Amino acid sequence: MNQIFETPMYAYSRHADQDATTPPRHKVIVVGAGPVGLAAAIDLAQQGIEVVVIDDNDRVSTGSRAICFAKRPLEILDRLGCSAPMIDKGVLWNTGKVFFDKRQVYDFNLQEEGGHAFPAFINLQQYYLEKFLVDRVRELQAEGAPIDIRGRNKVSAVGTHPNHVTIEIDTPEGSYNLEADWLIACDGANSPLRAMLGKDFVGRVFEDNFLIADVVMEADFPSERWFWFDPPFNKGQSALLHKQPDGVWRIDLQLGWDIDKDHEKKPENVIPRLKAMLGDDVEFELEWVSIYTFQCRRMEQFRHNRVIFAGDAAHQVSPFGARGANSGLQDTDNLCWKLKLVINGDAPESLLDSYNTERVWGADENIQNSSRSTDFITPKSGMSRVLRDAVLDLSEKFEFARPLVNSGRLSVPCTYDGSPLNSADALDGPDRSRPGSACPDAPLTEGFLLPKLAGKFTLLTIDADAPDVIEEDGITVTRLALSLKNDPTLALKNRYLGEATSGVYLIRPDQHVAARRPSFDDKLFRAAIRRATGKE
Amino acid sequence: MSDLTLTPNIDGADDYYAELLAMHDGLSREESDALNARLVLVLSNHIGNRTVLSQALAAAALKPIK
Ligand SMILES: Cc1cc2nc3c(=O)[nH]c(=O)nc-3n(C[C@H](O)[C@H](O)[C@H](O)COP(=O)(O)OP(=O)(O)OC[C@H]3O[C@@H](n4cnc5c(N)ncnc54)[C@H](O)[C@@H]3O)c2cc1C
Repeated sequence: MNQIFETPMYAYSRHADQDATTPPRHKVIVVGAGPVGLAAAIDLAQQGIEVVVIDDNDRVSTGSRAICFAKRPLEILDRLGCSAPMIDKGVLWNTGKVFFDKRQVYDFNLQEEGGHAFPAFINLQQYYLEKFLVDRVRELQAEGAPIDIRGRNKVSAVGTHPNHVTIEIDTPEGSYNLEADWLIACDGANSPLRAMLGKDFVGRVFEDNFLIADVVMEADFPSERWFWFDPPFNKGQSALLHKQPDGVWRIDLQLGWDIDKDHEKKPENVIPRLKAMLGDDVEFELEWVSIYTFQCRRMEQFRHNRVIFAGDAAHQVSPFGARGANSGLQDTDNLCWKLKLVINGDAPESLLDSYNTERVWGADENIQNSSRSTDFITPKSGMSRVLRDAVLDLSEKFEFARPLVNSGRLSVPCTYDGSPLNSADALDGPDRSRPGSACPDAPLTEGFLLPKLAGKFTLLTIDADAPDVIEEDGITVTRLALSLKNDPTLALKNRYLGEATSGVYLIRPDQHVAARRPSFDDKLFRAAIRRATGKE
Repeated sequence: MSDLTLTPNIDGADDYYAELLAMHDGLSREESDALNARLVLVLSNHIGNRTVLSQALAAAALKPIK
């Protein structure tokens, strides 16, 4: 059985900083080596920003927790140099079945839109993602990148100052102090840093408990997602079966509110429940079991001067729709290029406020989506149950009701409509690539579009003229000149031009659109660059 | 501007009303609630237009229609 979460991956070792007479100062300290903290550190180190990751543990996440990773996070991980092992290891699936009571009401096939380097999502244990991220940290270290990771280093106190942050760290050999110009708090949903700074974390607790089990079995269930509403083996509740790599299956069983968690977690109580679901003759082994109460909440502000919160520390969602890690990776994607510009003096500090605006917007969208799924799965009133059951009954007979069935909506990237970094839309182009959107991928004659847009400002021109390079107040924008002549599948036309015959896009380092027009205009694009970097 | 039809629009209104009541004959309260819920969903889908649907929700709640 796979137990990579039992092996230390960044074991404690004494660092010279622990013997310093005055607290050493680092550019950026990331607290928390979960998926979000590791991604932030890799992103910064790849751009040459010195970063230290501090974690009170020394290994990857126990049990798998997140299992679904969507297209956008895969695209981000590609830029971070981690997508290949994810795709190699992950499970692809596209059939889902929905059961209500004793019967299957319908099944569906996810019709993927073609022309993307990455699938709509893959299933993979969170511990693999974390392992691949730690592998990438090691690779960067071997290349001499300025990145360090310190296990069994627990932050026990924090002090905030106008231009820096101080932290106290407990280790197996006593405590020491560090200073940082910037601190990124990725210390999870129970964020000790958030508590130390006395910041709020408000929202909604769903009065329900879910038993989450990962079981290893050799059963020949297909690679599908099965979701049950009110099944005979878990009356009045819901259940989910979903495949992961290595013959591991994720099972979620809703248990209701008034339960004794410690009792329910005991294998002798879990196993009969699973047998009732899987059938008596199916052989399985329990890899991991836990019981969760889900919440949807967020901090009011993600930036507190030099302390910036990201991932679960900043916002928490129920897992229906797989938005936790997926949205946390979008946080760091949004933050790191901005922080780099600010650190290098190429943008004002106020650019970081747009991280707050944009990712609070994203968090609200995720919270809304997962609250709605949770409300469908666990109706909160008599009438909401009546309506829910009506949807399910109708879905068996009529196609129209199927889109109303909500057992989790696929995580899709957030479009930052109304962001202060966007310039007004001046192209009569497709809605999906309007300012604020994450650029949709497209196959070109050679390779895909997105890797050509990674990590820097780009001026994408499609059948339009423009200078090869624009320098505007410290920001360098390089042109990527494309033509519908290199558009073998018409994806570029359909996703970026629509009815227009030419287009010029200003694209941010996180591959979001900042501005677009039918043709290049020096004055207007310079204004758009200033706007996208917090200078107007 | 209201797109929701709020003037008489059903041919043979008395017959339709009788048909609607007859659907519930012999049903328990629970079964009737379920039937009504399905009916609402079927009709909503038929209407489809989100503005009209929102106006219908307001009309049903006896609220002013925007
Ligand atoms: C059952 C379940 C299913 C889920 N399914 C999905 C899914 O399918 N898809 C998805 O995207 N998300 C899913 N999630 C959510 C996902 O697991 C989280 O969103 C993700 O782990 C958040 O990552 P993070 O890096 O922000 O925080 P965490 O992974 O919680 O990491 C926080 C880190 O901070 C460290 N830390 C804490 N305190 C300190 C301190 N004082 N000093 C130093 N270090 C500290 C911890 O050791 C830890 O390593 C699921 C969650 C659950 C529970």
